[in-house]
This record gives sequence, structure tokens and C-alpha cells, in this order.
Amino acid sequence: MDNKKSIPQRIWSYMKGNPIVVILTVVCIIVGFNVENFFSWGNFNNLASNTAVRFLIALGVSGCLITKGTDLSAGRQVGLAACLAGVLLQRGDYSGRMFPNMPEMNMAVVLLIVLVIGATIGIVNGLIIAKLNVPPFIATLGTQTIVYGIALVFTNAQPIGGFQKVYTQFVNGKVFSFGDFPGIPYLLIIAVAAGVFFWFMYNKTTHGKYMYAIGGNENAAEVSGVNTVKSKILIYMTAGIMYALAGYLLAGKSGGATSALGTGYELEAIAGCTIGGVSTTGGIGTVGGILVGVLVFELLKIVLQFLGVNPYYNYIVQGLVIVVAVALDIRKYVKKK
Amino acid sequence: MSEYRLEMRGVCKSFPGVKALDHAQLRLRPGSVHALMGENGAGKSTLMKCMFGIYKMDEGEILYEGEKVSIGDPMEALKMGIAMVHQELQPIPARTVGENIFLGRYPMKKALGFIPIVDHKKMYEDTAALLKRVRMDFDPKQMLGELSVSQMQSVEIAKAVSANCKVLILDEPTSSLTQNEVEALFRIVEDLKAEGVSIVYISHKMDEILRISDEVTIMRDGQYVGTWDAKDLTTDTIITKMVGRELTNLYPVRENVPGEVVFEVEDFTSINPKSFRHASFTLRKGEILGVGGLVGAQRTELMEGLFGIRSHTTGTIKYKGKELKINRPKDAIDQGIAMLTEDRRATGILGVLSIADNISIASLKQYLDMGIFINDKKVEDLVQENVAKMNIKTPSSKTQIQSLSGGNQQKVLIGRWLANNPDVLILDEPTRGIDVGAKYEIYCIIADLAKQGKSIIMISSEMSELIGMSDRVMVMCDGRITGFIDGKDATQENIMELATQFE
Repeated sequence: MDNKKSIPQRIWSYMKGNPIVVILTVVCIIVGFNVENFFSWGNFNNLASNTAVRFLIALGVSGCLITKGTDLSAGRQVGLAACLAGVLLQRGDYSGRMFPNMPEMNMAVVLLIVLVIGATIGIVNGLIIAKLNVPPFIATLGTQTIVYGIALVFTNAQPIGGFQKVYTQFVNGKVFSFGDFPGIPYLLIIAVAAGVFFWFMYNKTTHGKYMYAIGGNENAAEVSGVNTVKSKILIYMTAGIMYALAGYLLAGKSGGATSALGTGYELEAIAGCTIGGVSTTGGIGTVGGILVGVLVFELLKIVLQFLGVNPYYNYIVQGLVIVVAVALDIRKYVKKK
Repeated sequence: MSEYRLEMRGVCKSFPGVKALDHAQLRLRPGSVHALMGENGAGKSTLMKCMFGIYKMDEGEILYEGEKVSIGDPMEALKMGIAMVHQELQPIPARTVGENIFLGRYPMKKALGFIPIVDHKKMYEDTAALLKRVRMDFDPKQMLGELSVSQMQSVEIAKAVSANCKVLILDEPTSSLTQNEVEALFRIVEDLKAEGVSIVYISHKMDEILRISDEVTIMRDGQYVGTWDAKDLTTDTIITKMVGRELTNLYPVRENVPGEVVFEVEDFTSINPKSFRHASFTLRKGEILGVGGLVGAQRTELMEGLFGIRSHTTGTIKYKGKELKINRPKDAIDQGIAMLTEDRRATGILGVLSIADNISIASLKQYLDMGIFINDKKVEDLVQENVAKMNIKTPSSKTQIQSLSGGNQQKVLIGRWLANNPDVLILDEPTRGIDVGAKYEIYCIIADLAKQGKSIIMISSEMSELIGMSDRVMVMCDGRITGFIDGKDATQENIMELATQFE
């Protein structure tokens, strides 16, 4: 039936369905024409890199949400991965090295180590949820605390710095720069690649279909022959890998890491997913929607920053956006009943 | 003052696609036990839910002590003195007996003269007195979850008594009780009767009915058949009155020819002692085996056990002489067995997902390119093939399944299983909640599958469907298989007789 609509009609129905996106676009245009440097490559670069990392975390947690679960350990997993990558990639001549006798490591090898550890934590989450039947909220509340503890023990609560140049340069690097155009950040490319990968996984593989089926009706999925235990473990494992990747990139991006890095990121990621239309009752959610949700959040932060709003107000505004966006979204479903 | 405590007259109630009650009536005398009988789906529970204010009647009236009343919700019914002990008890297991009984109407007192708080002392004293009245001597402060089912039932009855009820509805109260517990229940019923309470007793168990009731009202297809004195009735006369109707539904001509035995089940027993036990039966190629029985006969449980949804202790399943190991649905599916489950919403449809996702979920591996990517074109072909073959009415393959009618949802689910090309199909109430037109289409699909040589097991609570569609009827009662009847010889009477063979 949608095919019969003309393009303007379709745009109109999208606008009606996504009021928050419309409001934010209007705000951006107004701010852009009134505040200098809002429409600038520098700002674009800033927005792209911030969004990229948050998008990776949101992709990770989306699978958990679609299967009616959640993952509260996301932020702490990002923090642990950042600390781990930081420690392993400290310069050989840096005086504050945590392991002074360790040889300088290759950053690709370190990435692999970080990802494997992320996957392991994810598998543990998955096992607790799928095998022991602990509700995801409680299971990941537990692992959240454990992972934070591990990060504290590992770093002794000391900040980590003095990274290898090649690492920080890679993470902050850009390609295709010419003239005024500073180039496309590697982070953006990584995020796009992850987005494409997830889109394929969610839409084109049995794993993706099983994930939506579990979210739609777990009992029916099981009766249809879906191995729900295996699917859930895979979902939490994939999530762990995404948090680890995000942590690795985040440490390199900021040139330092502490055990407190990533605090509260799980809530931002869950909020982003929800604003992007991932249903909290399961079975619904698209990669495109998740991107929009995360973008809404990051754009909002930058707009407030450009308007010179006291940063403490950010939290109030963000909280309001979460509540309003989800309330508007839920209305679409409530009316249908 | 009327001679009746409560009268229901001309009660009609329709649900989408079904007329559940068609001018039903009931008259209750004070201080008597009134049995309400009928087949599954005759409308007994619906009528009681109308009396208790859970359902709103479309037509009809209720007279209470001779005066016309309207009962809008259970709270009003309770205030009037009507109480109901539900078929499925709904207690709060993690709270005490006393709190369950006084839920929503706790005795209050004032602390420090002005702060209203719950008077626990009075509540537990009252509870103890009530329990004594129903001849139960357990601690009012015990958690309800620690009690047995029959004790919980006594608590429910105590709760009804505590509301000073004048009418008490007992809906299949003995279905999960042992013989001793049944005796205890009967003593309570006798006590209440002596106190002048009118009791509505719904049960399928003939001997109980004949023993405890004073009057019997029989219903059929939502209609009132009649009311008789219990002493004038026998088991046979009750059955005849319950099923005495013409076959009104039409069934397609079946051209399937049952062949050799392909599927054998032997001594299949549940881990739950109250559920199916020592079940043995065979199934032929191209045969439709109907499974009949009353609610609670454990037919669904047996079939779900065979399909790996429920656990079993002993028993073997053989397909073409080869023993199958089935511990979860996936094992059964891999062996060529499919099962359309009874509760479409709970274990069938993936509500928010599309028709395409729903129809392909059990057979996704068939549509892969390079072993990884799902070929959407192949899935679309599957949808279109089924839409054409089964006449599924849907705007598109992307439509959410929950927006379709029950009949179309059921066809999509049948399509889901046929995509795996199974040899054995278990259909649990395949036409429940489906309108008449779609029912006929589903019968045609079933007949056609049997003709193709598929072996079909069809659980049905609709007598005419069972007789009209089965090559053979297997009847269960209380977890046991009580007999087989050839399709040609099956009648409502002989099925009912096997279905009521309680031990």
C-alpha cells in the first residue's frame, strides 16, 4: 500500500511519525543560520566522531533490546576495553607505564585481544541470561558492577596515558582530504561499516530473523525450532564485541583512559535505540532507526553547546527528550488497539 | 419473594465470529446444589462469567431474589453476595492466606488515633474463624504458595464465604483434586447448602454430579436444553441430552487412503504424574487420527510431549521403525514432525513480525544464498505460493500477522509448517476461534494433506469436527488413552462415554 504514495506524501507521513526528528532538524537549521561555525567541517568532524562511537555501542545493545532484554554492563565494558587497550598500547619511553618491561605491542594485536575479552564478557552475560534464566536487567546489573571492579583492580584507579602515536593518529585520522575539505574520519568509516554489517545481519541472516522472532514471541520461536539459548548467547557476545571496539576507539580518540570512562553510556545507548524506534516490548527495531536515535542525541548535545547553554542543563534537556520521544512513539501503538 | 434466589433469562452473548450464548437461562433455588452441564464450548463458563460481571450480556436479564439487577463487574457481584471460584485459581502465592482472603477489603484500624492502617490481628483472627468453618486447620499466616491445590481451593471458598455469599459458583472444582480432597470439598458444599447458599456446580464428572446435585441444567451450543431433578437422571440420559444435535457443519469429501503404519508411540509418560501416562498409539500414512476428550484430558500435553515442548520420563517414538530422540521442538522438526499449537497467540504467531517472517521462520535454512544470506525473493515466492494455495487474505507479505483475522493467521501458521514438508502433522484445535467459512477451508487443506500421504493427528474439542474429519478417533480421559473408535462408527455418545471414563 505504501508503494502508491507519492514522494511528498511519504515525506509527510515520515514527518508525522517522527516528530522529534522534525523538531530537531528545524532547531539545527535555525541554530546553523544564527551561530557561526555550526555548519563547518570542524563541527561535522566533531559530530561524526562522537556519533560514530555511540552508534557502535547502540548497535551492540540493540540486539539485547529487540529480544526483550537489556544490557546495563555496556558502559562499564566500554571502560574496561578502553583501559585495557590503553595499558597495552602505552609508549615504550613513557615514564608512567603500567608494565615497564612489556615490549611495545602492535595495535592490531591489541585490538584483537580487546575484542576477544569483550566477546568473553558478552558470552558470560548470555550464559547467565539464557542458561540460568536470570532476567537480563539483573544479570547485566551484576556484570556491570563486576566489570567496573575488574577495571578498578586492573588500573588501580589510576588514569592511563602516554599512548603510542600510531594508535592515537589512526583513531583520529582522516582520509580523502583535499583543499578546504579536511577528510572523512576513520571513525565514521568504521561506524558505517559496522552499520552495514549489522543491517545485513539483522535483515539477511537466519540469526537476525531468529532474533526478531525471539523478541516477537519467544515461545513461538522455540516451538518453530529456534535454538533460543544459542541465539541469545550470540547476541550478547556480539554486543560485547561492539562495546570493546567502542572502548578501543574511545581511548585512542581522547588519548587517555580511566576506569570511569563509559559511565552511563549504556543508558545513552538504550535511550538512543528507543528514540530510534526499537520497541521495548520486543521484536521491533532497525539499524536506520538506531542511527537516527543516536544522531538525535549527539546533535542535541552540540546544539546546546553552540547555544552556550550551561552544560549542567544538558542532562535535563536530554532526559526530557527521552521521555517525550518515547511517549510520542508509544502513542502510535496505543491508538491502534 | 420469588422461590428462586437468582434467575437468568434470555442471555445472549457473542464474540467475534461466535455466538457463545443464545437465549440461555438458569434458575437457582436457595439451599440447593445446581449442576450446570454441557460439552466443551457449550457456554457454561461464559454464562457464569455473565453472572459474575466479568462479561457484559448482549441481551437478557438477571433477577436476584425476584428483583431485576445489573451486574457490571465482579466487585458488584461480590457485594450482592455472588462469589465464584475460578477454573484456574488466581491467588497471590507470595502472600499469606489471610491477606489473600481479605485482599482489597482489609480490616482497618487507626494508629495513634488518626493514621489508618491494616488491622492484622483482626484479619488473622477472622481468617482462623473462616478456615474453621470450611473445616481447614492450617495457619492463617502461612504463605499461600506453600499450600496444595486443594488447600488453595479451600482458601478461595473461604474467601467466598467471608463475603457472606448467597450464590457460590464452583467451576470445575475437582479437576485437579485427589479422591480424599474431593470428599473434603463435598463436605464443605453440604455445609454451605445447609446454611442456605445456592451453589452452581460445573463439572464433567457424572458420578459427582449425580451424587451432590439437586438439580441439573444442561446446555448445548450456547442454548438452554432444560432443567431436571438430579434424581430423575442417569449418566446415559445426561449424555444424550448434552450431545443431542444434528451435525450442522459440512465437511469436505475425503479421498485419503490410510496406508501402512509409519508412526508408533509406546508407553509415553509425562514427568508430571497428573498428566499423560502410558500412552500408546499408532498412526498410518495418509491417516487423519482425531483426538477427543474433555478439557483437562491432557491431549495437548501428550502431543506437546511428543513434539518436545514438554518433558517425558518413559516411552518411545518410532517413525518408520526408527526410534526418534526428541527433547526439544527442533529435534522433532528435524525428524519431519510439525505441530500447530493450540494457543495461537502464546505459542504460534510472532505478532509484530510480517507474514513473510512468520511463514519462513521454521524453514529459513532453505532460502539461503551461499549458506549465509537469506534470499528475499525465495521467501516472497513461498508467501505468494501459500497465499494462492490457501486463499490467505492479506494486503501484502509485509503486513504484521497480528492484523489478520484468526482464520488467516492460522493459514499462515499451517504454511509455516508445510514449508518444511513434514511427514507427520500434529494439529491442536486447528479451527478454534475461526469463523465458519474459514473453518471449511482449513478442513479442505487437512483433507488434501492426508490425500498427499501425510499423517495427521488432529486434537479437537468439537464433536462434529472430530466425527466429520477423522479416519479414526482416539479418546483420552484424565491423562490416559481410554479407547479408539473407527471414524465410520464414531458417534457423540460413544466418544463421550470414553471421554468420561474416570478411574
